[in-house]
Amino acid sequence: MARAILYDSTLCVGCRECEKACSEGKKLPYNEKVAAEETVSSHKLTAVRTHGERFSRKLCMHCLDPACASVCPVAALEKTAAGPVVYHPERCMGCRYCMVACVYQVPSYQWEARLPLIQKCDMCADRTAPDAVTRCSEACSFEATITGERHELVEIARKRMAEKPNDYYPKIYGIEEVGGTSVLVIAGVPFEQLGYPSSVAKAALPNYTWAALQYVPDIAVVGAVLLGGIHWITHRREEVSRVEGAAAGREVPQ
Amino acid sequence: MSATSRFHFWRTVFWLVMAAGVVAGFQRFYYGLGASTNLSDRFPWGIWIGFDLLCGVGLAAGGFTLAATVHLFNIKAYEPVVRPAILTAFLGYLLVVVALMFDLGRPYRIWHPLVMWNPRSVMFEVGWCVMLYTTVLFLEFLPVVLERFKLHTAKRLLQGIMLPIVIAGVILSTLHQSSLGSLYLIVPNRMHPLWYTPWLPVLFYLSAIGVGMAMTIFESWHSARAFKRHLEIKLVRGMTRVLVVVIAVYFALRGMDMLQRKAYTALFEPGYERWLFLLEVALMAGPMILFWFDWSRKSPRTIYLGSVAFILGFVTNRLNIGLTSFERVTGVNYFPSWQEVAITLMMIGLGFAIFRFAASHLPIFESHEEEETQARGGEPGVPVLASTPGD
Ligand code: SF4
Ligand code: SF4
Repeated sequence: MARAILYDSTLCVGCRECEKACSEGKKLPYNEKVAAEETVSSHKLTAVRTHGERFSRKLCMHCLDPACASVCPVAALEKTAAGPVVYHPERCMGCRYCMVACVYQVPSYQWEARLPLIQKCDMCADRTAPDAVTRCSEACSFEATITGERHELVEIARKRMAEKPNDYYPKIYGIEEVGGTSVLVIAGVPFEQLGYPSSVAKAALPNYTWAALQYVPDIAVVGAVLLGGIHWITHRREEVSRVEGAAAGREVPQ
Repeated sequence: MSATSRFHFWRTVFWLVMAAGVVAGFQRFYYGLGASTNLSDRFPWGIWIGFDLLCGVGLAAGGFTLAATVHLFNIKAYEPVVRPAILTAFLGYLLVVVALMFDLGRPYRIWHPLVMWNPRSVMFEVGWCVMLYTTVLFLEFLPVVLERFKLHTAKRLLQGIMLPIVIAGVILSTLHQSSLGSLYLIVPNRMHPLWYTPWLPVLFYLSAIGVGMAMTIFESWHSARAFKRHLEIKLVRGMTRVLVVVIAVYFALRGMDMLQRKAYTALFEPGYERWLFLLEVALMAGPMILFWFDWSRKSPRTIYLGSVAFILGFVTNRLNIGLTSFERVTGVNYFPSWQEVAITLMMIGLGFAIFRFAASHLPIFESHEEEETQARGGEPGVPVLASTPGD
């Protein structure tokens, strides 16, 4: 059982009820001014964006192997078995590496706070019941955002696309992007036009780091042996001369 | 300017920088990062990471390069420059940690990586290495202090275990100097193609070795003037040769990689990135070409200027990677706030001041051979490692 979200841009009317439900659930201020901000921030965890006649939602994609969780030096971000990528604020030291690493620029910082924390969508991880839906899905009257099992959502998306092939761009965003995400998106136009970067890596991003990081133990062990050996070789002459010197020293005084 | 008026000038500059740094530091901690920096959700890392961390750690690389040269490769000729290099490295790392305290949102949690582990994180590895290596540098520098206070037994004991300490230092440096490059491996889609490459860790390591040499030359020149000593011209000349080779290997790798991944095509794209890239390459490759010629290595002034050029090229490279390369994808033209600049300048100022203080109160430059032989009493049990000023 792993929770996922499907967002269908073709059904979205831009009513922003999802934003409102999210902010209320997270006890964040929500008013006209906040509604007008089309970007996520520390006081707005999901944002509906307008692209002419179309809309798109920005929220944490809940990557299957998230860059943010892999880079955090204190494991303050974690991909849970239940699906959501959650944040443990009591661990965070505020290095902001997660913000640099996330290709979707999702984690936001409380820049105005004296002791800031990261803020990001946690897919309503507080709702722990296996069949619970997220606040944004609950608020959506148009089936544009729905919660479910990831493989079920893939089926639903395929069905919708098969039924109305002319309405859809023939691809599900989130199947292969950064190795797969728990938030899937379908839309009427190429995703790039709706603010979803289309050229992102197809492999999980932590693999790129691991390609180098995996050699740390090898470098440490082989390096130490090698350097010790070099020292032994380069200091041989001195050892020889010291031994000879000591021998000579004993003979000279008689 | 006469020597005294120059001294007064720099003293005034120093205190102005300190004053600005204190005001900026107050604003940073009282009003928060948002009010005192130009950082934002789109641009979360600024010069405190791009300069203070990336350049700070790199510029301190002379410590491990020279410790390895003298103590492991046994090239004794370089002994006179080991102590200043270790001191620079020690101060450098301490200041990097202090600078990080300004950058971290919750600096009082800086110890968290000690108990909250995430071995998949490069930052976790860098944190551990920096912490351990700062301890190593302290131990490598301690003999100088013990010598100053004539604690010869303690010094001898410490030198008995110096070999594993030196080896640990070289390994730790290799790991975190390269890992600073690995920090950026996670963002293949966010960095400008002129700088992103899977080879970042190796390139970071090679350029750190190069800049360690260049910094040693830079320091030797300045301490020769400040402490009225003569420049170890033979040593410095030898170092320029090594520098040529290191830069050549660096560019061979970087060039091959750019060719294979066709990254050079980004040079034909419009934008200011390519000019900053060319500036970086010119400043880094220039000294290599310069030092290739014999005549340039005859003049201490040319050697000095070439090293300064390489240091500037190194700094440009790190700033390009940490800042410039993110500007296109984020659409942010980051420029540091005055507070960010003031705190960075304060770190540099403190570095110079403490170095100067230490160099005039501790046996950093003068040779203590006589004292050494007396103290050691020619005991054969003393390891060879424990020779003159370096250790
Ligand atoms: S979208 Fe960003 S913040 Fe969300 S899980 Fe992926 S990497 Fe983490
Ligand atoms: S800012 Fe916090 S959550 Fe993000 S990487 Fe740093 S310690 Fe982890």
